Amino acid sequence: MDPVTRVTGRAVPLDRSDVDTDQIIPARWMKRVERTGYAGGLFEKWRRDPGFVLNDPAYAGASILVSGPNFGCGSSREHAPWALRDYGFRAVVAPSFADIFRGNLPNSGLVPVQAAPDVVAALLAAVTADPATEITVDVAGRLVRCAAIGEAPFALDESAHHRLVHGLDEIDLTLARSDAIAAHERTRPPWMPTGRP
Amino acid sequence: MTTLADKVWDRHVIERGDADLLYIDMHLLHELTSPQAFEGLRLAGRPVRRPDLAVATADHNVPTGPDPLSLLDGLAARQLRIQQENCARHGIELHPLGSPGQGVVHVIGPELGLTQPGMTIVCGDSHTATLGAFGAVAFGIGTSQVEHVLATQTLRMPRPRTMAVTLRGTPRPGTSAKDLALAVIARIGTAGGTGALIEYRGDAIAALPMEGRMTVCNMAIESGARSGMIAPDDTTFGYLEGRERSPRGRLWERALDDWRTLRTDDAADFDREAVIDAAAIGPQASWGTNPGQTTGIDGTVPDPASFADPAERAAAERALAYMDIAPGTALRDIAVSTVFLGSCTNGRLTDLRAAAEVLRGRRVAPSVRALAVPGSTRVKRQAEEEGLDEVFRAAGFEWRSSGCSMCVGMNGDVVEPGAHSASTSNRNFESRQGPGARTHLVSPESAAASAVLGHLASAADLED
Repeated sequence: MDPVTRVTGRAVPLDRSDVDTDQIIPARWMKRVERTGYAGGLFEKWRRDPGFVLNDPAYAGASILVSGPNFGCGSSREHAPWALRDYGFRAVVAPSFADIFRGNLPNSGLVPVQAAPDVVAALLAAVTADPATEITVDVAGRLVRCAAIGEAPFALDESAHHRLVHGLDEIDLTLARSDAIAAHERTRPPWMPTGRP
Repeated sequence: MTTLADKVWDRHVIERGDADLLYIDMHLLHELTSPQAFEGLRLAGRPVRRPDLAVATADHNVPTGPDPLSLLDGLAARQLRIQQENCARHGIELHPLGSPGQGVVHVIGPELGLTQPGMTIVCGDSHTATLGAFGAVAFGIGTSQVEHVLATQTLRMPRPRTMAVTLRGTPRPGTSAKDLALAVIARIGTAGGTGALIEYRGDAIAALPMEGRMTVCNMAIESGARSGMIAPDDTTFGYLEGRERSPRGRLWERALDDWRTLRTDDAADFDREAVIDAAAIGPQASWGTNPGQTTGIDGTVPDPASFADPAERAAAERALAYMDIAPGTALRDIAVSTVFLGSCTNGRLTDLRAAAEVLRGRRVAPSVRALAVPGSTRVKRQAEEEGLDEVFRAAGFEWRSSGCSMCVGMNGDVVEPGAHSASTSNRNFESRQGPGARTHLVSPESAAASAVLGHLASAADLED
C-alpha cells in the first residue's frame, strides 16, 4: 500500500447524520467479486436526485467528504470505502464514525478524520459557502487545516496512523509474528469446534 | 475484577498494543464479502493458515423461491461458483446453496454448535454480533480483515470499551425479544454503543431462550456497538448439548467447568451503563429510516420539532419525508402491503412458531403480500415436520427457501418502490429492502398480526 501522509483538496458537504453503508453503496453492487469499479454505485440512489450535492458540478473533483455523526453505520461491507475511493475521495471528515467502517477505511488507503463537532460544523459551513474551499488533512500530524478554521486536531488510532503514514501491509506485519501466533494457537482448548472440509 | 467481555478478550490476546493482536477461534464466511479476500491471498501467494477454523455458506445473494438454483442471476451464480472454488482449493467446509446445511450464516453457526462460550468468532458481516449470545466475543469485519484472518488466524483490534445494558423486570405478555432489542436502541440511540461491546444482563435477558438472546445481540450493531454479549448459563448449555460440533463426554464436562467461569465479576466496573425497565416495554415498531426511530405500537409518529438535538430533528424530518408519513400519525394507521418474516434477527424456528401461532385459523389481508423465509434449510425442514408450513400457506403466506431474502433486497426478494413493509429484519434504512422500500421493523408476532390486519399491529389487536 502507498503511504498516505497528507490529503489536500476540495471537499463535498454531506450534512446528514447516520449515513449508512447501504446508502454509500447498495447491496446489489456486492455481487461483484472485484475490489475496484464501484464509483458508479456510490450514493447511487441519492444521486438520482438532481439536487443531491454530488451532482453539483461545483464539487466535481473533490477528494474529501465532510459529513455528520455516526458516518458509515450498518453493514460491514468494505465495498463502501472502495466506492468512496473509486469515486476519488481520499479522506472522510465526520464528528464520529461507526466502528467497522472506521476500521475499514485505512485498509483501502482512506483516512478517517474524526474531528470535534464544532470543527466539522465550521468545515461544512465553509465548503457549502464556497465549493472552492481547500482543506488539508495532515495525516502524519493528525491535523486538519482550512482557512475557515485554521488548524484543528483529529483522532486517528495509533495502528491506523502507523499503517497509513508508512504504507504498511498489515498482513505482512502480522505474519512476522507467526511464532507468537503458533504458541498461542497451542493453547486453544480441545473442546472448541473445527470445520470439516 | 473483570467483565465477561474482557475475560474472553484477554484469553485471546497474543500481543498487547494500541490494537491488540487477537487470536480468532472461528471464522464464518459468506459469498459476498470473501471473494476479494481470497483473491488477495492468491495475488500475494499466501496460504490459508487454518482452513479447519473456517466454515462457509451462501445466504445473501441466493433466491428463495421454488428451485433457488434455477433462479440465480449470472452475477450471483458466478459469485457462488467462485466461493465453491475458493473453499475447495483451500479445504474449507462449505454449505452451498442446495445442501442441507445451507442457511443464513448467523443461523447455521449456532445450529451446528460452532458458536460456543469463550470463543472469538468473526465474519465479514456486521450481524455476527448475533453469536455473542453464547458468551463469545463475536463481531463483523471488513473484507481486508477477512483476508487478514484467512492468512494469520488473527486480527489487530483495539480493545472495545465495556458497556452494560441491564433489562430489569418482567416484560408484559406479548413482548418479544425483538421488542426488547428495538426498545433498547430507541433508548440508547444508533451510536449509543459506539466503541463498546455491550453485555446485556438482567432478569428479562436471563429469562430469554437462546433464540431470543440471539435476536437481542443481533441488534447490538444497530446501536453502534462492536457487538453484544450475554453470559452463558444453563439455557446456553442446554442449547449446545448434543449439537453436532459441541464437545461430548469428558470434553463436555471440561468445557462446562470453564464456561461456568465466564461471567462478569460482581465488583467489575463498566465504562458505560444503561438500566432499562423491561416491564414498561410492549410491542414496538419503527417509523423512520434508522432502527432508533422506533416507538411502542400504541404510540404515534413524533413531530420532528419535538427533538431538541438539531441532528436528530433533521434526521426525523428526512425520515418522515422518505417514509411519506405525517407527524402525529398513529402507528396502527400505517398500512402495510408487504410482510417479511425471516432474517438473522428473526428467522429461527421459535420465530416461525410464534408467528404461526398468531396466524393459525386466520388469513392475510387481501392487500398484503407475505413471505415466511426460514433462516436455514434445517429450520425449514424442522418447521415442515411441525406442520408450520401448512399454517403459513393456509394463512396466505408464501413459504420460501432459506436465505437473507428481503432483509437485504439483492436476491430477487424486494419490497415494491414506495410500499410499506412490516419486517422482522434489522434495518429500516432507505431502500434497504429494495429501491424506495419503506420498512417498519417489528417482531414475528407483530409481523403476523400486521399481515392479517393490513396495517402495523401487535398480536393483541387480533383478540379484540
